[in-house]
Amino acid sequence: MNTPTTHTFKPDLTPPILSVGAVGWLRTNLFSNWFNSLLTVFAIYLIWLLIPPIIQWAFLDADWTGASRADCTSGGACWVFIKVRFSQFMYGFYPEELRWRVDLTVILAIVGAAPLFFKAMPQRLRYALFYMVAYPLVAFWLLNGGFFGLDEVRTSQWGGLMLTLVIAVTGIAGAMPLGILLALGRRSDMPAIRVICVTFIEFWRGVPLITVLFMSSVMLPLFMPEQVSIDKLLRALIAVMLFEAAYIAEVVRGGLQAIPKGQYEAAAAMGLGYWRAMGLVILPQALKLVIPGIVNTFIALFKDTSLVLIIGLFDLFNSIHQATVDPAWLGFATEGYVFAAVMFWIFCFGMSRYSMRLERKLHTGHKR
Amino acid sequence: MQTTASVPPARGSALTDPKIRGWAFQILAVVAVSGLGWYLFQNTQTNLAQRGITSGFSFLNNSAGFGILQSLIDYNQSDSYSRVFLVGLLNTLLVSVLGIFFATLLGFILGVSRLSHNWLVSRLATVYIETFRNIPPLLQIFFWYFAVLRAMPSPRDSITFFESAFINIRGLYLPGPHGTDAYPAFIASLAIAVVASFVIGHWARVRREATGQPFPVLATVVGLFVLLPAATTVALGNPFSWSFPELRGFNFVGGLVVIPELVAITLALSLYTAAFIAEIVRSGIQAVSHGQTEAALSLGLRPRLNLRLVVIPQAMRVIIPPLTSQYLNLVKNSSLAAAIGYPDLVALFAGTVLNQTGQAIETIAITMSVYLAISLSISVLMNWYNKRIALVER
Repeated sequence: MNTPTTHTFKPDLTPPILSVGAVGWLRTNLFSNWFNSLLTVFAIYLIWLLIPPIIQWAFLDADWTGASRADCTSGGACWVFIKVRFSQFMYGFYPEELRWRVDLTVILAIVGAAPLFFKAMPQRLRYALFYMVAYPLVAFWLLNGGFFGLDEVRTSQWGGLMLTLVIAVTGIAGAMPLGILLALGRRSDMPAIRVICVTFIEFWRGVPLITVLFMSSVMLPLFMPEQVSIDKLLRALIAVMLFEAAYIAEVVRGGLQAIPKGQYEAAAAMGLGYWRAMGLVILPQALKLVIPGIVNTFIALFKDTSLVLIIGLFDLFNSIHQATVDPAWLGFATEGYVFAAVMFWIFCFGMSRYSMRLERKLHTGHKR
Repeated sequence: MQTTASVPPARGSALTDPKIRGWAFQILAVVAVSGLGWYLFQNTQTNLAQRGITSGFSFLNNSAGFGILQSLIDYNQSDSYSRVFLVGLLNTLLVSVLGIFFATLLGFILGVSRLSHNWLVSRLATVYIETFRNIPPLLQIFFWYFAVLRAMPSPRDSITFFESAFINIRGLYLPGPHGTDAYPAFIASLAIAVVASFVIGHWARVRREATGQPFPVLATVVGLFVLLPAATTVALGNPFSWSFPELRGFNFVGGLVVIPELVAITLALSLYTAAFIAEIVRSGIQAVSHGQTEAALSLGLRPRLNLRLVVIPQAMRVIIPPLTSQYLNLVKNSSLAAAIGYPDLVALFAGTVLNQTGQAIETIAITMSVYLAISLSISVLMNWYNKRIALVER
C-alpha cells in the first residue's frame, strides 16, 4: 500500500530587502521615481534651510531670564520681553488685585460647560438652557461688577486675551439667535420677510468687518439720541454681532436645506404650527448638522477680533503690538508677533480639530 | 382621481387663518423695520444739525490737500476728494489683483502637494496650511511689515538679487519695463494671438463633435503666443527697454519701486489665502470619485487625457464656488491695509477724508457700497456660472 504523499509547502521567501522595512518605506514614499526623488531632495533642502535657524533663534540662542532688555544679550530671541509683559497680554489694564475675577469667570465657564459634554448627564438640554442664560449674567457681574458688592471695572481697563475672548464669545452667542431667525426668515414663504432678511444678510456679508467697525465707532453715536452715549466696547460688540449674525444665518440656512422635505411635511401632518415645527422638529436636526460650520465661523470670528485694534481697543493682539512699540522694549517686534501668532494658533487649531472630530462624529444620520 | 368639494371648507376665525396671519406678520415686520429706520434717521438729523455738519456729497469737489504715498494715476494735493476716491479704489484693486494672482498660484501648488504620494512633500504642505490659516491675517500683515520689512537694511546695504532687484527699508526695487516704438505692435500681436486662440478652440470643438477628430489645441495656442510676439520682436526690435534701479547717493533711482506697505500686504494676504485655496483644491480633487478615473482608463484614455478631460473638469465644478468666495474674502481683507498705512480705499476715504471733512455717513456709505458692489457683482457672476456648469440630472 502506498503511503499517502503529503504535500508540504516550502516556507515563504522573505520579501526583497528593498521593499520592506525602513528602506521599503523610503522607496515607496520618498523615492518612487526620479521626479519624486527630486521633490524629496528639494523638500529636505527647504527644511534644512528653515528649521535650524529658527531653532537656533527661538531656543538655543534665546534669553529666558531677566527683567529688562539689558538681559537680552545672546542675540537670539528675547523671551524676557514676553515674560515681563505676560500678565498685561492676558488681562490688559484690569486692576491687578481684581484679576481673580477674570480667572473665576474662565473657571466657571469650563466647570459649567463640562457636564454638557457627558452624554449620560440627565436633563442635559434643560441644563444647557439654564447655563446659556445664567452664565452670561454671572460673567458680566464678575467682569464688570458695579453691583452686589463688586467694584466696577470700566471696560476701558479690559484688555489682552481676556478682551479677545469676551468679544469672540459674546459676538457668537449674541449672533446665534439673530442668525437663526434670519435663516428662517430667508426661507420664509412671506415675500416681505424674505426680502428684509436677504437684504440684511447680503449687506453684512458684502462689506469688510473693518468698515463695519469704523461705522460702529463713528456712525453709531450719530444714530442714537444725543443723551445716550454707548461704551466703546459695546459699540464694537454690536458691530461684531450684527456682522456675525449674517454669517451664522448662511450656515444655518445650509442646515435647513439639508433637512429632507419629508420632515417638514411630517411636522405639518402632526398638526404642529410653524414655530413648533421649527423648534421641535426642524431646528434640532438642522443645528446638529451645522455645529461644525458654526465652530468654523467662530474660528473666523476669533481671528477677526484682532481688527478691534483699528478702533483702539486693546485685545490680545493690540496689547502685544503696543508693547512692541514701547520705547523700553523697542526692537523685539518679532518676538511679540511670534508669541501672538502662537497664542492665536493654539486656539484656532484646537477649535478646528474639535470641529473636524464633530464632523466625523455627526456624519452618521444623513449620510448615504 | 379627483374630488370635488361641493361645500367650501369651514373657515375658522380670522385670527387663525394662515393667509391673514401671513399678511399681518409681513405688515408688522415692514412697519417695524421702517419705524426703526425712521427713528435712526431722525436721530441722525438732530445730531448732524447740532454738530453743524451739512450732509450731502458736495464735499467731493473740494480740494483734498494731502499727499498720497502711492498712486496709480496722476494725483497732487490740489486734486478733489473724488480723485482721492479713485486713487484709493485703484490701490485696493491693485492689492486684490496681485493677492489673487499669487494666492491662486501658491494655493494650487500647495493643494496638489498635499495630495502628493511623496510623504515629505504632503507633510510640508499640511504644516504650511495648518500654520498659515490659523493665524489672523492682520497679525501676518503686521509681522511682515513691522518685524521683517521695517528691519531691512538701509539703501546702501540693500539685499540684492542678481544686482538687478534690491530690497531695503524703503521698499522693493525691481527692473522696470518701458515701452519702445515696437511696443504697440507687440501688444497688437498678443491681442491677435488671444483672438486666434478662441477661434481655433471653437473650430476644434465643432470639428471634434462633428467628426471625432482631435486637434492639438493646446500646442497650437502656446505656439501662437510664442511665435507671434517673437516675430514682431524680430521684425520691429525689442518692445521693452528695461531700466534697472541704481544706487545714486542715498537712494535708488530708476526701475520699478514697490513701497514696503504694498509688499507686506500682498505677501501676507497671498500666503494666508493660499492656505485656504489649497484646502479647496484638495477637496475638489478628492471629490472626483476614483471610479471616474477607472472608467476613463478602461475607455482607453491615457492618464494625461484622463486628468484633462475627466478629473479636472469635474474637480473645477467643486472648486470654483468656494474659490470665488475666497477671492471675495481677499478683496475684503485687503482693507486691513489701512492698519499699516497703505493708501487703500478704507485708509484714504473712511480714514483721512472722514477725519478731514467730518462727513462720516457719506464716506462710510461710499466705502461700503464699493465693497458691496464688488461682492454682489461677483456673486451674480458666480450664480450664472454655477447654473451653467451644474450637473444636469434627469
